[in-house]
Amino acid sequence: MEVRFIDDQLIYNTVYEAIKYVTYHPDPAITSLLQKALANENDELRKDVLDSLIQNIELSPRVTIPLCQDTGTLVVFVELGNCCIIKGKPIDSIINDALIKASADLYLRASIVNDPLFNRSNINNNHPAIVHTRIVEGDKLKLKIAQKGGGAENMSRIRMMLPTCTVQDVIDFVVETVAIAGAKACPPLILGIGIGGNFEQCAMMAKEALLKPIGTISSETRYAKLEHCILSAVNSTGIGAQGMGGDLTALSVQIMHAPCHIASLPVAVNIQCHAHRHIEIEI
Amino acid sequence: MTTHILSLPICIQDIEKFSIGDKVLLSGTIYTARDAAHKKLVDLVSNGNTLPFNLADTAIFYCGPSPTPPGKVCGAIGPTTSSRMDVYTINMIERGLRLMIGKGERSPEVVETIRAYKAVYLSCLGGISALLSQSIVSCETFLWPELGAEAVFKLVVNNMPAYVSVV
Repeated sequence: MEVRFIDDQLIYNTVYEAIKYVTYHPDPAITSLLQKALANENDELRKDVLDSLIQNIELSPRVTIPLCQDTGTLVVFVELGNCCIIKGKPIDSIINDALIKASADLYLRASIVNDPLFNRSNINNNHPAIVHTRIVEGDKLKLKIAQKGGGAENMSRIRMMLPTCTVQDVIDFVVETVAIAGAKACPPLILGIGIGGNFEQCAMMAKEALLKPIGTISSETRYAKLEHCILSAVNSTGIGAQGMGGDLTALSVQIMHAPCHIASLPVAVNIQCHAHRHIEIEI
Repeated sequence: MTTHILSLPICIQDIEKFSIGDKVLLSGTIYTARDAAHKKLVDLVSNGNTLPFNLADTAIFYCGPSPTPPGKVCGAIGPTTSSRMDVYTINMIERGLRLMIGKGERSPEVVETIRAYKAVYLSCLGGISALLSQSIVSCETFLWPELGAEAVFKLVVNNMPAYVSVV
């Protein structure tokens, strides 16, 4: 395969437009899932809640007010083809330049502080984005971009489980995590779950699983079945949309898994709110 | 689901009509405060200063709005997680606060204090900023602009929707 050069300006423009898009549009499956739930709901309060969530999705692009005031941390998974060379700035700088410009132009809330512990002064332009880059085969550049809000992220958990733990133990850990989150994480939720790998790979898989389009089912039957089991278990907790009860605590469960050490069974649950803002782009 | 039309200031008769799960359409002047603003508000009163607004007449909205774009009344408005403010809430209720708006559950101690003082905690739906922004009449930075989104904003709201969560 021949070497392909990609101009940094093209990536900058693409990331800028992607941020603009996700600010006003959730994953396209969210609206239809909420509409379906609304049609099946009999409780007046829960109907009112679901109707408000749907109205917000319709209104946001029309009035150019973000879906949620927390436009979050920008998370980008980069898959760079081994035959690709980016001309100009390195990928992290391009993404951050686009983020800073989009934050100013779109009046996004400044949500990132300089230092986590000693100096929580606001950076005022939302950088740095959190960028994970992987080299893959080919000559394409794939970007998975998400605005990840703080409320749902705060309720995410990882546990280094015992290798002798059962499938039911894993389900119980996820259900416990969702129960602790309650209404704080803005249900109905999307759950990204990492199983296996080591400490950091497990958390990364949970995040990347979230960024799969809703409706993507694990290619392995056992994990697809587990996704289904966890969704049913979580929806039996009675938390419901925005904590108002009912059976719509989560809209989707998406698992990624990887080989792991004989001593380990890491499980990570990355929680996402219903304002699930992400997009995948190939250049 | 009963819907209440509520104009601030709230009075005991209003609160006595509320049941958990009722909808409230709130109108009046309210103030935002998140973690950093709560810390500063409590520091102010602990040092013997009076607050620049009367807690009993208003509501505290756990919210950090996005900046107001030119030509608009406000940016994106919505609740943040209330439980992070639990450590300050009892102090605020003891000093007169009767109405809080946020999202998610409160600690058992806060729930107990809300009930003991006949206060009320309303839940606003999270992640519906565009919709909530429609009920904002005006939005101005009121205290500590250096805190950015964590500053105290003075909001005038008209029929802002929320739900009774603790009463």
